[in-house]
Amino acid sequence: MEFKATELRLGLPGTEEKENKIMNLSVKNNKRQLPQTSEESVSISKVSNDQQVESSSAAPPSKAKIVGWPPIRSYRKNSLQEAEVGGIFVKVSMDGAPYLRKIDLRIYGGYPELLKALETMFKLTIGEYSEREGYKGSEYAPTYEDKDGDWMLVGDVPWDTFYFICSMFATSCKRLRIMKGAEARGLGCGV
Amino acid sequence: MDHSFPQKVLEHLFSFIDSNKDRNAISLVSKSWYEIERRSRKKIFIGNCYAVSPTTVIKRFPELRSITLKGKPHFADFNLVPDGWGGYVYTWIEAMAVSVPLLEEIRLKRMVVTDESLELIAKSFKNFKVLVFISCDGFSTDGLEAIASNCRNLKELNLQESEVEDLSGDWLCYFPDSYTSLVSLNISCLNNEVNLSALEALLGRCPNLQTLCLNHAVPLDKLPSLLSQCPQLVELGTGVYSTEEMHPDVLSSLITAFSGCKQLKSLSGFWNVLPSYLPALYPICSRLTSLNLSYAIIQSSDIVKLIGQCPNLLRLWVLDYIEDVGLEAVAASCKDLQELRVFPSDPSCLELNNALTERGLVSVSKGCPKLQSVLYFCRQMSNAALSAIAQIRPNLTRFRLCILEPHTPDYLTLQPLDSGFGAIVEHCKDLQRLSLSGLLTDRVFEYIGTHAKKLEMLSVAFAGDSDLGLHYVLSGCENLRKLEIRDCPFGDEALLANAAKLETMRSLWMSSCSVSYGACKLLGQKMPKLNVEVIDESGPPDSRPDSCPVEKLYIYRSIAGPRLDMPGFVWTMGDDSSRKLELDVAGVEAQFRNL
Repeated sequence: MEFKATELRLGLPGTEEKENKIMNLSVKNNKRQLPQTSEESVSISKVSNDQQVESSSAAPPSKAKIVGWPPIRSYRKNSLQEAEVGGIFVKVSMDGAPYLRKIDLRIYGGYPELLKALETMFKLTIGEYSEREGYKGSEYAPTYEDKDGDWMLVGDVPWDTFYFICSMFATSCKRLRIMKGAEARGLGCGV
Repeated sequence: MDHSFPQKVLEHLFSFIDSNKDRNAISLVSKSWYEIERRSRKKIFIGNCYAVSPTTVIKRFPELRSITLKGKPHFADFNLVPDGWGGYVYTWIEAMAVSVPLLEEIRLKRMVVTDESLELIAKSFKNFKVLVFISCDGFSTDGLEAIASNCRNLKELNLQESEVEDLSGDWLCYFPDSYTSLVSLNISCLNNEVNLSALEALLGRCPNLQTLCLNHAVPLDKLPSLLSQCPQLVELGTGVYSTEEMHPDVLSSLITAFSGCKQLKSLSGFWNVLPSYLPALYPICSRLTSLNLSYAIIQSSDIVKLIGQCPNLLRLWVLDYIEDVGLEAVAASCKDLQELRVFPSDPSCLELNNALTERGLVSVSKGCPKLQSVLYFCRQMSNAALSAIAQIRPNLTRFRLCILEPHTPDYLTLQPLDSGFGAIVEHCKDLQRLSLSGLLTDRVFEYIGTHAKKLEMLSVAFAGDSDLGLHYVLSGCENLRKLEIRDCPFGDEALLANAAKLETMRSLWMSSCSVSYGACKLLGQKMPKLNVEVIDESGPPDSRPDSCPVEKLYIYRSIAGPRLDMPGFVWTMGDDSSRKLELDVAGVEAQFRNL
């Protein structure tokens, strides 16, 4: 276990089953790089209020789509998809919070602005990134899912690269996840 | 009584009566009033193009100048009506081209228009002024070329939300240089670029232009020069509201351009917003009465900054990015708000989004005393919230709530939302339109039937337990005109028991319910003044037992008999032999009364 922890690797160092869970999620997510992505966004089975904490990271079964529901004109649905063209939209979730935010990366000039925005949005402190120690001192670690479906610590790659990765599939919505607690601490050991 | 007034006097009096309802009432007073009224009627509204034939309309109203026609059922908006169902306007245009050459206005909703129809309009009506196509389809920019070339007196061209085959942006060039009468242009639905220099020249030579709605292909850096051609605009739909990178000079020219538009009251468009350009709107915010941000992906904080400066807003359309906190700001700033629509940014996402909940709607209901019309998509609701809204806002006339996941109960009590909606219909005595969602039993329909006496349109999905639900509505809602139902366990009994009610309504739509083919046949036979149409894409219903439920059912009253343009998947029930009804004047009047 110790040996593994010091191993240089991409993605989350840590337990195997966590990796599998996330791989499941990302395998599903990888299928989302299609024009109609907004129709296939990550779906989570209905969460009752007391189960909030655990389930936001669970790999969800996607529900069968009902024709004509919700009642939104196709004109509007198509327009929403059109509107996303040109923007670089990323869905941000935080472990423990039962809601998502959608942000347009073009608004931010670099990591400091992005992190500040996340801190404001989710009312938490992430702190500063250091290559050696990640976001030490914070309970939270912002991660993103790269093109191979691996979860990376935000800040590991230069901003331009990160921006590019997120913009690569212009019509799909990439995912940013603010991990909390043990999982967060498990990151940032990529020496 | 009418002997004491000469015809000329009556004609003069009637010329002050504009509304269709009033005109219909006048026509029922006596035979001579009927005659005088019909000969002077200029505008007609036909809520269902299949309810009456073009010939009948033209014969009765020879002085027609303006016609409004609606075609497909409302659920066509949500892809529930298969392509090719109908709603073709051509036969109407054809008939009017011959007999009503002085026609000036055509307004269509959910109809199929072809380039041939457009060409026929362009060459048949010399004084043509207004063309409005809401949610129509079937035509291309080629047809628009014909309109642009020929309609010298055109004032309004509005293609709102229509599906247009966009072959070329040059159709705009077909407006001749001598053409200057444009008042309203809405091309927001077009996908491709229009010829911008032609557009700019057009705007420059039309001094009466009040409405301009651009499409998303018009780049933001072109907007200032376009606006400078028409600073008298009252209503503007922007194109895309962002650039690759923020340019300060684009921002400053936008500020100048907007400040120059002293009459601007209504804004829409805003596809793809870069928030740094929103401050360009601040100088005009205080004048705004209508703001449509429902295509704009911007954060709540940016929306709030904008709306905080719009105290005179009457109408606000937004995406759920506004969140509860944004709606609280609306409640605080927009005291004159009459209409609120909140659309879902991610409709297929089933994740709970606590940032927009029932709380936002309650805030606006509490803070905006003039709120009348609500369309709200959300993921959770409670009976308590609905009751609060009902009691504090009894002046609501339109209430459409869509809880995204079907069968969602009150999230606090896990009970059905019957009592919440019951409170709405009980307190909002002038409610005209209602859309239900969430977990609902027959109870809610009992409340509706008991209280919703002014209700004209009801939309129901995934609700109810039995035929009793449908029966309550059909037997209780005296003013019901349109009823549309999907995925509810309603069957034959309530429908057949309330057959007579259907003749007092414009239409009934039922899909994925439990109405049997046999009942449809019976209804069609019993009720000759109804067209009972079965839509079934899985093959002729005859090939299955009568007890099998039909896929979709559309019933509407008509004096034109069964329609002749049905596609292969639509069957009319009842006596199929030509049922052209020879109705006397009284019969026609009765039908027109509530059309």
